[in-house]
Amino acid sequence: MVQLRLPKNSVPKGGKHFPAPPGATKVKTFKVYRYDPDSGMNPSWDTYDVDLSKCGPMVLDVLIHIKNDIDPTLTFRRSCREGICGSCAMNIAGRNTLACIHGHEECPGDKISISPLPHMPVVKDLVPDLTLFYAQYASVEPWLKTETPEPQKEWRQSPEDREKLDGLYECILCACCSTSCPSYWWNQEKYLGPAALLHAYRWIIDSRDEATGARLDDVEDPFKLYRCHTIMNCAQVCPKGLNPAKAIAEIKKMLVDRVV
Amino acid sequence: MSFRTPLSTARGLGSAKHGVGHWLSERVAAVALVPLVIWGAYSVILLAQLDYYGAVEWIGNPVNATLMILTIAISFMHMSAGVRVIVEDYIYGHLTKAAALLLNLFICGLAGALAIMSILKVALGGA
Repeated sequence: MVQLRLPKNSVPKGGKHFPAPPGATKVKTFKVYRYDPDSGMNPSWDTYDVDLSKCGPMVLDVLIHIKNDIDPTLTFRRSCREGICGSCAMNIAGRNTLACIHGHEECPGDKISISPLPHMPVVKDLVPDLTLFYAQYASVEPWLKTETPEPQKEWRQSPEDREKLDGLYECILCACCSTSCPSYWWNQEKYLGPAALLHAYRWIIDSRDEATGARLDDVEDPFKLYRCHTIMNCAQVCPKGLNPAKAIAEIKKMLVDRVV
Repeated sequence: MSFRTPLSTARGLGSAKHGVGHWLSERVAAVALVPLVIWGAYSVILLAQLDYYGAVEWIGNPVNATLMILTIAISFMHMSAGVRVIVEDYIYGHLTKAAALLLNLFICGLAGALAIMSILKVALGGA
């Protein structure tokens, strides 16, 4: 819901500074959001002066270097380190992206801030709680629904119909889009968000699916779908270059086609 | 404290199964307002050059009066629809939201009705 100010216990206070080791040649400062629920303390911004000659080119390399060599208490999710798992989605220099495919040289300014995905509950440090986000994905029932008896071989699809799924199936559910969307910030309990709606459209447009009408019924709602005001942050930040706003617009067009 | 499952929370009260009508009417009103507002701006310039009796006679023309009423009515409908979306976006408390939505409807309805009545009064020779 709309909150112009952070709750008192969420306001970042203070923070530690970790200076660069002596002899460091290529130093850049990283300002990292820290929060430990067990400490009972407010979050803080810790700053790390990192010797970039000691780590790889991506922001994830910097985070791994910090965790391995500077401060082992830093917590973040990561897995594939090549932009396919979506685990390391976070806000880097004010922009949601994947730390593993975002180079630290791409970030403007001398000090790079790194914080969890915005407007989500924080589990610890850079780890947001994405429970509701995943449940919203599950709520669009992202699987093939058919009533016709299953064919002996496979459900057939023409190359033209298969092409309609391009730009949709590639979504890795990293949550960069949904958590960059102001409509999702203000109404995430009721608005499905760009990622879930992109997946809803992926099944609505699938020529093999037999529940198109029911799927359209399920999203036709002033909040679930129509909170999208084409702000387009989703398309701006998607690390896979997808356009959830376009998928949402296509759903709206299909709903119009049903009545006009 | 609630033990609802995440899926139950995500599904909420289910789909209202409406919204396309509201969305479509906003767009239709916006499209209709493009020529009407251009005509309105032209009319304002024209009216500024006329005296009182000239203006009354201009509004007395059925085409002018009809276009004026349409401009006013569609503008207020469009405004009401827009403000409704803003209220739904930013206001959460049940009572506050209901009060804001009613206030929006009543203010837009009253202002629109008053404006249309005034145009009719002049157009039908009551001025």
